[in-house]
Amino acid sequence: MHKLTLAAMQRSLESGEFSSVELCQHFLDRTELQNKTLNAFVSITAEQALAEAAAADKKRAAGESLGSLHGLPIAHKDIFCTDGVRTTCGSKMLENFIPPYNATVVDKLKTAGAISLGKTNMDEFAMGSSNENSFFGAVLNPWDTTRVPGGSSGGSAAAVGGRLVPACTGTDTGGSIRQPAAFCGITGIKPTYGRVSRYGMIAFASSLDQGGPLAATAEDCAMLLNEMAGFDPRDSTSIDRPADDYRANLNQPIKGLKIGLPKQYFEAGLDESIASLLQLAIKELEKLGAEFVEIELKNQHLAVPAYYIVAPAECSSNLARFDGVRYGHRCDDPKDLEDLYKRSRAEGFGREVKRRILVGTYALSAGYYDAYYLKAQKIRNLISQDFSQAFESVDFILGPTTPSPAFKVAEKVSDPVAMYLNDIYTIPANLAGLPGVSVPCGDVAGLPVGMQLVGNYFDEARLLNVAHQYQTVTDWHTRIPG
Amino acid sequence: MAVDNKVVEQVAHLARLQISADSVANYAAEMSGVLELAAQMDEVDTSSIEPMAHPTHAVQRLRDDVVDEVDKREAFQKIAPSVENGYYLVPTVIE
Repeated sequence: MHKLTLAAMQRSLESGEFSSVELCQHFLDRTELQNKTLNAFVSITAEQALAEAAAADKKRAAGESLGSLHGLPIAHKDIFCTDGVRTTCGSKMLENFIPPYNATVVDKLKTAGAISLGKTNMDEFAMGSSNENSFFGAVLNPWDTTRVPGGSSGGSAAAVGGRLVPACTGTDTGGSIRQPAAFCGITGIKPTYGRVSRYGMIAFASSLDQGGPLAATAEDCAMLLNEMAGFDPRDSTSIDRPADDYRANLNQPIKGLKIGLPKQYFEAGLDESIASLLQLAIKELEKLGAEFVEIELKNQHLAVPAYYIVAPAECSSNLARFDGVRYGHRCDDPKDLEDLYKRSRAEGFGREVKRRILVGTYALSAGYYDAYYLKAQKIRNLISQDFSQAFESVDFILGPTTPSPAFKVAEKVSDPVAMYLNDIYTIPANLAGLPGVSVPCGDVAGLPVGMQLVGNYFDEARLLNVAHQYQTVTDWHTRIPG
Repeated sequence: MAVDNKVVEQVAHLARLQISADSVANYAAEMSGVLELAAQMDEVDTSSIEPMAHPTHAVQRLRDDVVDEVDKREAFQKIAPSVENGYYLVPTVIE
């Protein structure tokens, strides 16, 4: 059952080949068996899931009208608030936090009939590229358990990669959907900034954060995105514009589409084996009728420096809310208010989070604002202009998702800057607010490799169309570890 | 731009974050590393570039001034570390 795509599971549920209870139980069994090793889940809500599955089967039997994901199992990254279900954000600060409300994304997927099996592990407050920053321990890569699954949605990617669950939600601030999707051999899309509601999604860097799905295939991602996307008045930066039907045009031919290859993406720093896999992917897309042209994204190299000012600055501001007063961790016996704040935060936050709060506070402090934050926002504009110029002559931009396949656990943990450089190809789309998808395109010594396609604003449907067309002529997305 | 121990302590205070004495030097080195990375931005003259405000140039929406949220005060107080009579408790601020 777990070898099926979400779309195929949907057909089997409709034809009565198996029930939602059987399907959910199958994945819960797999999770129970493999989670001890992978640590992909922080919380497993088996009882609740099976009750919901039974209700879904009953509803189907009664011939009632069903949502588009009726009876299908999913899981949520533990950054999305779930009413009555612990939401930790990978942090000791929220170890015992039980939200009294659902994130919009959670509500929407539930309304569509999806059944949540639990909450997936993540880098603390979504800060990390390896999932080694979780208070609940590192997540391991299902393809090689000596390696990281990527981050910050590493639990979601490992869970889907290992088929502990067919699809998950994730969030992407600098590559946190696409990079782990690439490392775990699955498909993941970061939509246009503002396309998916941030309400109830614990904030890291508000001008960059964007929710999206991770699943085996582009079609499965389209199924989730169809329910996740849309205007939400509760999110002040949600875009008031109707969402597309992301599944409707998947089968459209891509003949004549123009795809740009940024010179800067294929220069030094990219693993040679990844570069040659990308050439093979380009050939496949050419066979489908896509045309390739070289393009320039000349400020590309400034994306990581700008990001590591903007993201920490916004994080330092967002995480100021964790003060030990209203919710979250509170230190014992505070001697005064300042001691309450300082010790609650010192005990509740992990090292990477503290590092980013310090960098962000520094960058926003008097005398440094212009040199760092303002400068970074200007660089961001330059990067965005480079993309706009490129999109005047091409429909999409293709490149690697990551500079190398999944690296070893503990390999980069002591060098923050080396870790940050892992996001070199994914960060630009966040800075510009553009949608990007990572699609499995091969492997290097058994480790999956992802290619990234970046599209123009609100072009998610066509992005998924290209990804789906590629997946009709390749089988990398069907491979399952071990 | 190198950050010294004193700067780390000042910034930690601004961020209301207690930093143990033996980790200050480490944070100073790590912050310096990140700021060194950020210094690469200086190679581009941005004096005539506008800072980005929003990727798709959206502006803050306004809504009608009517109540559209239900009162969940009790639910929110229930998850607080320390409350009494509907108030959040903190150490005494004014003697």
